[in-house]
Amino acid sequence: MPVSDARAFCPGLQTRTADPAGDTRFLHALRRWATRYCPWVGIEGEDGLVMDITGVAHLFGDEPLLLADLRQRLARAGFSVRLGLADTRGAAWALARFGEGEAPPGRMAEVLAPLPVAALRLEPATATALQRLGLRTVGDLAATARAPLTRRFGPEVMMRLDQALGRQPEQVTPLSDPPHYGVRMTLPEPIGLQDDVMAGLARLLERLCAKLQAQEAGARMFRLTLRRVDQDAQEVELRLARPLREAARILPLFERGVSAVEAGFGIDQLRLAAVQVEPLPVQQVSSVPQGRSDQLGDLITRIGTRIGLENVQRFLPADSHIPERAFLIAPAAWSEPGGAWASLRPRPLRLFPPEAIGGTGPRPPARFRWRRMALETGRATGPERIAPEWWMSDEAWRSGLRDYWQVDTRQGRRLWLFYTPQAPGWFVQGEFP
Amino acid sequence: MSADLAPHFPPRRARVHEACGPGMHGFAAMLAAQLEGPVLWIREYWRPEVLNPLGLSDILDPARLLVAQVKDQTDALAVAEEALRNGSLKLVVAELGEPLGLTPGRRLQLAAKDGRSTGLCLISEGNGSNAAETRWRCTPTFDPEGLDSTLQHWDLIKNKSGTLGFWHVRWDREAHRETHRLRVVSAPGERPGAAHATG
Repeated sequence: MPVSDARAFCPGLQTRTADPAGDTRFLHALRRWATRYCPWVGIEGEDGLVMDITGVAHLFGDEPLLLADLRQRLARAGFSVRLGLADTRGAAWALARFGEGEAPPGRMAEVLAPLPVAALRLEPATATALQRLGLRTVGDLAATARAPLTRRFGPEVMMRLDQALGRQPEQVTPLSDPPHYGVRMTLPEPIGLQDDVMAGLARLLERLCAKLQAQEAGARMFRLTLRRVDQDAQEVELRLARPLREAARILPLFERGVSAVEAGFGIDQLRLAAVQVEPLPVQQVSSVPQGRSDQLGDLITRIGTRIGLENVQRFLPADSHIPERAFLIAPAAWSEPGGAWASLRPRPLRLFPPEAIGGTGPRPPARFRWRRMALETGRATGPERIAPEWWMSDEAWRSGLRDYWQVDTRQGRRLWLFYTPQAPGWFVQGEFP
Repeated sequence: MSADLAPHFPPRRARVHEACGPGMHGFAAMLAAQLEGPVLWIREYWRPEVLNPLGLSDILDPARLLVAQVKDQTDALAVAEEALRNGSLKLVVAELGEPLGLTPGRRLQLAAKDGRSTGLCLISEGNGSNAAETRWRCTPTFDPEGLDSTLQHWDLIKNKSGTLGFWHVRWDREAHRETHRLRVVSAPGERPGAAHATG
């Protein structure tokens, strides 16, 4: 139904954009909460939870009391829920969506009989087809001969019916909790010295690194939250150039951040969380020492805490004839050196935005002024014609083709000049060593 | 033309040196090629001139290079000190725009000594620090014979522990052994056969 129609029916209608990802996140949070009732909680479709309460109902009295407790707690939190409880997963699904309530043990066929066939978790097309045949309820379906139905609709219909009535088993798959990389320490007396904070941090790191070790993961980013006595909280973030889980190496990297913390009247809680975690499989210990690259990674982290980790960069080759685009600049922390560097023709050591010089004609000018220097062409090598990449619109290449010349001036400087034949003009773009 | 270049270049390890003049970037690249291991190049991000790794690949493998983009000279010096002290880099090159005082220069010197790595400050003419071990003025020179257009004039204008000197060098792109790619040659006008080439 379009929004305008819906508004016509209900003038006070409020609309919100759907957020399926947010809903899924919320469902997972609810799943985690539901483990207070039983350990086997799984996700059912996009909007349901399925719980296997075998052997736990007596903890809450009995099954109706458990349902009542669940409903009451969720209602207090502001949710409207539909609950179904039955001996099989299929029957519970049907009850939750089409009947609501509880099927007494052993009488599932009776309870399910008046429900529509769609309650058997069938495809909408199959359910419609069954209805057209006059099989409107589960009871009708159960009373019909099985073989012709299987021939017509495939094995799925009968499988679903059997699952609902308990003739075929069906398991609940519980989701496991994702590992939680956070540790904290509450202190009886507030602390304020940098050494004390570092000592506390060392203990926290040891615990956190043990967790990381168990999961074969390494942290890329840590957040240390220091809660002060006056309820204020200070945060120290540490971003690492490569995933790490060695406490002894991480601790010194925190020094700069911790030294900047304002302790105020004292700190009474430390909380350390690994915010970004990457898999870091255990490595084969080799006889060739690899300390150098580790040390370099630490150095990049150290420099990164001062100037920002993305400002430590390295060059990667790119496939382009355009001199400015023949290389990529990538943050060193997230890239590996690689690729082959090959230039068919000499390229300048330094590039700068094109600077116009006086000159006419397709040959390099014999004398020109550049950056207030009078220069005289001694030898010119060229031209090398580079055409703009038509699939990329680049403002700087609007002037069209470029004929590049390497010009050795008599004054010594070796410059990279280009001439634009389509919009005549001479420019300097680079300098050779 | 001075005597042998070998005792002076590559300059003393675990010290900070300075280079100035229009050819200083080439000097830094050639020095990096003579040393092995990763190189950190510190530059201020707002300067329009950028290193071109393709041009650099004639001299050294750009994969060895890390670039730190800093916002001002204070950051550049701090990063340089940290990198020199760490010791995992063989060479730290810092492009400095402003004059370098004696105190920061001396701090860099001590950091280089601790980390056993070489530092090189690229300065503009006359902005050097007294703490530098050596200072080189590098100017590209026109080569009338047109061998391969890499002729440079290197002038050692300050040396704390040795004599001054000047050399003409050129970079041999074709040679395979990295250590022997720097050739000391005679000045353009003094070569045999130069008389009739110019005259």
